Amino acid sequence: MRLSDLQIWTITPEIIVAIMACAILMIDVAMPERARKTIGFGLTVSTLLLAAIAVVVGQDAGYTIGLYGLVVQDRVSDIAKLGICLITAVALVYGRSYTEERNLLRGEFLALALFGTVGMMVMVSANHLITLYIGLELFSLCLYALIALHRDSAEATEAAMKYFVLGALASGILLYAMSLLYGLTGTLELAGIRQSVSGFSADDLPLAVALILVIVGLLFKLGAVPFHMWVPDVYAGSPTSVTAYLASAPKIAAFVIILRLLAISLEPLLEVWQDMLIAVALLSIGFGNLVAIAQRNMKRMLAYSTISHMGFFLLGILSGDSVGYSAAMLYAVIHAVVSLGVFGCILHFSGEGFEADQLDDYRGLSKTDPWLAFLMLLFMLSLAGVPPTVGFYAKLSVFQAVIGAGLLWVAVPAALFVVVGAFYYLRVVKLMYFDEPVAKTPVRSSAAPLESRALLTVNGLLIIGIMPWIGVIAEACRNAILLVGS
Amino acid sequence: MIPLSHYLVLGAILFSIGVVGIFLNRKNLVVLLMAIELLLLAANMNFIAFSHYLGDLAGQVFVFFILTVAAAESAIGLAILIVVFRSRRTINVQDLDRLQG
Amino acid sequence: MLGNYLPILLFLITAIVIGGIAMAAGRLLGPNKPDAAKLSPYECGFEAFENTRMKFDVRYYLVAILFIIFDLEIAFLFPWAIVLDDIGMFGFVAMVIFLLVLVIGFVYEWMKGALEWE
Repeated sequence: MRLSDLQIWTITPEIIVAIMACAILMIDVAMPERARKTIGFGLTVSTLLLAAIAVVVGQDAGYTIGLYGLVVQDRVSDIAKLGICLITAVALVYGRSYTEERNLLRGEFLALALFGTVGMMVMVSANHLITLYIGLELFSLCLYALIALHRDSAEATEAAMKYFVLGALASGILLYAMSLLYGLTGTLELAGIRQSVSGFSADDLPLAVALILVIVGLLFKLGAVPFHMWVPDVYAGSPTSVTAYLASAPKIAAFVIILRLLAISLEPLLEVWQDMLIAVALLSIGFGNLVAIAQRNMKRMLAYSTISHMGFFLLGILSGDSVGYSAAMLYAVIHAVVSLGVFGCILHFSGEGFEADQLDDYRGLSKTDPWLAFLMLLFMLSLAGVPPTVGFYAKLSVFQAVIGAGLLWVAVPAALFVVVGAFYYLRVVKLMYFDEPVAKTPVRSSAAPLESRALLTVNGLLIIGIMPWIGVIAEACRNAILLVGS
Repeated sequence: MIPLSHYLVLGAILFSIGVVGIFLNRKNLVVLLMAIELLLLAANMNFIAFSHYLGDLAGQVFVFFILTVAAAESAIGLAILIVVFRSRRTINVQDLDRLQG
Repeated sequence: MLGNYLPILLFLITAIVIGGIAMAAGRLLGPNKPDAAKLSPYECGFEAFENTRMKFDVRYYLVAILFIIFDLEIAFLFPWAIVLDDIGMFGFVAMVIFLLVLVIGFVYEWMKGALEWE
């Protein structure tokens, strides 16, 4: 074995982030109290930016297998890693003052956020069941700990416990499915699994069991109906800065593992899992949108909205061709950026002792903070899928894929629920613009951090669909998927 | 030679006990942690059995990683359990009802 | 079919016999001077018969949690040590990196005071 066979550069970004996470832990115990916060936070964000640069510099237009088949570097993993690094960095900047005010911005918070990012990046470059599982667990374990870090809050600890139990159940199911796949195909490499599975007939019972368990495990992690019960509790119970972290970048990572494990490795069984995903997607879209209407809590409402968005995302996957996969990828990226913006607004609005998580808190926001209200308006329109925003393009491309796959009857009910969903997004807009502010208008104790306001503005402008980036991203996703398929 | 199916049945039984344990348990959070361990052990049992019968070592390597992850998972689980107990003074599953709606 | 389990049966029988011999030898050959402390059942540093709902120090859990982690990581060392000759410098460096990560975790918990009882 020689080092040169290893192709270690395929995981340079992961190595950078992992080393820096360890360094931040050491800095946390070695430095005096006052220096820690600024240095640790600055280092964390610059590490993520450095990793993003490393992704761009080391980008690979081909398909490179590294670490003796454990990881793969291709366009999909490059785009996903870039998105994960940038989005996580922005989420941390948004959450900074919120986290600091609740006395959570310690070395552990930053190190866990970085290790979680490493987990996501390992997930997206996985070419082997071991790497996939390790990445998934590294990410999940960091997230459980991040939520539980707010240990004085009964809600946060309860959310952490629920997330832990259901998340561990999901990994257990996925792992059991992996063991069955291993037994049936005799290999742990994803390419080998695909090759071997195509030799089976579709009604082979053990294979069907393995397939169902894979789907159940993935849907649990994704939070689609009927495996959604943890999503609202976790979104509402976690500190908002952690919610911003878990609502954005992980969706991209989730797309990649679903693409690699289900859509590509198990593609020979497409007709079996397509029907299951149709049911799950429609249920998620319907249930998420209907229940979101009844919510009075902003974070809970967004959680149900996420459930419905995961349904749309699955519509792209279940189309089962490269058009569908690239639509799903575009959807995941756009959903991550928009969620980031929404939670950024909530974080920006909240202050010391004020969570800004009730819908009523947003009454009359346009009078107290017109710019924030306008940005929130943009994000809400994008979530609803109203034309000039990117949310519209995301939904459009998914619908195109579904109809292109000959599933018009799936697209029609989904489109109806888009209209239902518009109701509760527009209700937020109505509260902000047409209602009077409530008496206890919160006053920010600390001056609103300028950098998060500037970033929010950029984030908001990205949401307007006339910007060229959306075409670039859509094109990049299409090319990436075409490369994987070949 | 013990046939492969015996190991698989044992694995399936362990797995089912784990899943049922998670869903039926309404009393104690520690029991939930044990049920989660059972799920992972069931997968381990499968991996080792397959690895032996396929003559392929990769499965056993995977088991090493799963064992480590299981240890980390139970450590995090216990830590969260302690935090929950500190804020609630109970580890009863049914008392975790603060978040609803 | 059942014949496959014969080795297990033999193993059980051997275990029982050896265990029995050890206990019998201890009983027959050893000196026998009982006192109160020796006769009471041993239970990890607690009084043997108390209310089961007694207060349990949460620090036990902390030590247990830290123990689980380091205990299992060490399991990687055994297969590594056996095949060290075959994997050479590459394997050695890989394990050094692994242990380095472990040491960082250890230093962190030490400096945070997680290992201090008081």
